[in-house]
Amino acid sequence: MLGTLLALPTDITGGTYFGFGNFQIQSGNLIVIVVMLVLFVLALVLPFPGSGRSK
Amino acid sequence: MSKEPASMTWRKKDDIASRPWKGRKREYDLFKELTVGVVVVGLLVIGFAATFGSPDEPSITLKAWAVAAPADFVTTATAELGGTSATATYGAPYNSTAGAGQSIGPISLSGLSGVQIPINTSVDLVTGPLSLQANPPSELAQWNSASADQQAAWVTAYSDALTAAYPPDTIAAETTFDTTKVATGDYGPVPALTTGLLTMAQAGALDGAIQNEGGFFNLDYTKSILFLGDGTYFVGIANGAHLTGDQWGMMNETGNYPGQSWLWLFSFWYQVPVIGGAANADILVVGIMLVLTVLLALVPFIPGLRTIPRWIPLHKLVWKDYYSKR
Amino acid sequence: MTTTLEPKAGETAAPETEELHTWTGKTRQWLIKVLPSDKLLPEGQPSYVASWIYVFGMGAIASLVYIIISGVILSLNGPAWYHVSALGHFVNSTHLWSVELFFIFMVVHLWGKYWMAAWRGGRVLTWITGVVSFAVSIVAGFTGYLLQTNFDSQWIAFQAKDALNAVGIGAWFNVANLGQIFMWHIVLLPLAVAVIVALHVVLIRVHGVVPPIDAAETDAQLTETAAAHTEGGAR
Repeated sequence: MLGTLLALPTDITGGTYFGFGNFQIQSGNLIVIVVMLVLFVLALVLPFPGSGRSK
Repeated sequence: MSKEPASMTWRKKDDIASRPWKGRKREYDLFKELTVGVVVVGLLVIGFAATFGSPDEPSITLKAWAVAAPADFVTTATAELGGTSATATYGAPYNSTAGAGQSIGPISLSGLSGVQIPINTSVDLVTGPLSLQANPPSELAQWNSASADQQAAWVTAYSDALTAAYPPDTIAAETTFDTTKVATGDYGPVPALTTGLLTMAQAGALDGAIQNEGGFFNLDYTKSILFLGDGTYFVGIANGAHLTGDQWGMMNETGNYPGQSWLWLFSFWYQVPVIGGAANADILVVGIMLVLTVLLALVPFIPGLRTIPRWIPLHKLVWKDYYSKR
Repeated sequence: MTTTLEPKAGETAAPETEELHTWTGKTRQWLIKVLPSDKLLPEGQPSYVASWIYVFGMGAIASLVYIIISGVILSLNGPAWYHVSALGHFVNSTHLWSVELFFIFMVVHLWGKYWMAAWRGGRVLTWITGVVSFAVSIVAGFTGYLLQTNFDSQWIAFQAKDALNAVGIGAWFNVANLGQIFMWHIVLLPLAVAVIVALHVVLIRVHGVVPPIDAAETDAQLTETAAAHTEGGAR
């Protein structure tokens, strides 16, 4: 248990990054932002069940 | 039908938006919706947690640093001893340093607090811990009895020699500290003190010694974190993990885990050279973000900004059912 | 004691016409006038509340429920637990993902409300409390990252101190002081978020969901006197 707390750090991975030059975005963040945009668009265009019925 | 478009103002007026809705209603069960929402979100949360987990890179201890990059440790310890490190010259709230602190024109807020978290790097990080040992190095007496000028001379000479032997670009990768690589010179007790600190750190005694300066239950890690940050090893690890300021670091997390993507605009300003490269970059960015946040809160009062939803009518999608059945 | 008019079943409580003299009584009168019980917990919504964009506010609140539950479990077990326990690590993961979902839903909710110009008709406080809860949530999330007690916390503390010191508050909001940040993250900021979100929701109940832009008195939804799905009555 103590070993876990005081372990020497392994190589901390930088993860996968997309972008060019100064503009670099991490894959996790990119996915979150894309999901936000997709959900927003879907919310606007997906048909909603008609009135008289609960959502 | 042509009619005057309804205003986008926030004000309560004699219009449909201001009055309670007297028109058609549909059944809507708030509590059932909330229950469905909580169940669905719960499944999402458990699903994501089980599938992706969360990152947990172990902390960097002073011991880990001293073992992995002893040359970097010694160089940093020398700067702390001599009061030339970034922490020692930071200014408020750690110490009084003339000219330190960021300002915008005449406005300088950083000095307002005064020295509320006093740190004397020479004593707190080097000579203090060394003197706690069962057999403190005899060089401590030599250091303590020397004049400030003499101390500065020793430190400057030794720092220069260290930099010559171990250039900053590669020092974090040096896994051994070879004193024979350092040119000889008049360094006084500095080499013995800093090497002594290195030994103490590698044995694991330094972490506790510094933390205990704040008492038994000390939960304030300021000194240890600042000490780490003065070296290139700690910063190098962050750099490798894309976490530094000029890498949009504020919004990133280690690995591929999403971080705080909502800090994108905060991180953005640091990438603009004229802002991010400025000496007062931090106060500039914080200022910009405060102003933008206040503007966001005040959108209903800002003509133009509040009228964009009319000019780009996405709302026609939201209420397409309503508009088609008028 | 002043007496009140007893409302008949199914009717909105009639506003009290008695003149009340105590702070308590006057407050009660005002509250009932502004938010009668059938407005607080209605059985219906206006017909225009019929789009998926409306679920995101609810989604954010549902996520907040899980943030709090997982946060309480983490707090009860102390900050070192999740490093050494597989269950602890799982709970930590649920805390992280409920936070990500919270912000995803909140941001889409914000976008929706902007494009619907939801501040119209005197709803400016709803908008402002929304933006404030966004800002306070960001600070709450940030303090959470500081409590990870791992490399990321060390690094974030080291970086963030500069921004806070630059504006002069770093002495009192010491990101490297675990004890201090704990109070902020598990007590002060969650309370602030909860209070502001509650206020936000109450304001929505008070003003009702904003009608469509350019809704007109001639619209069918307003002129029809066909039976509504819910009992009528002024909101």
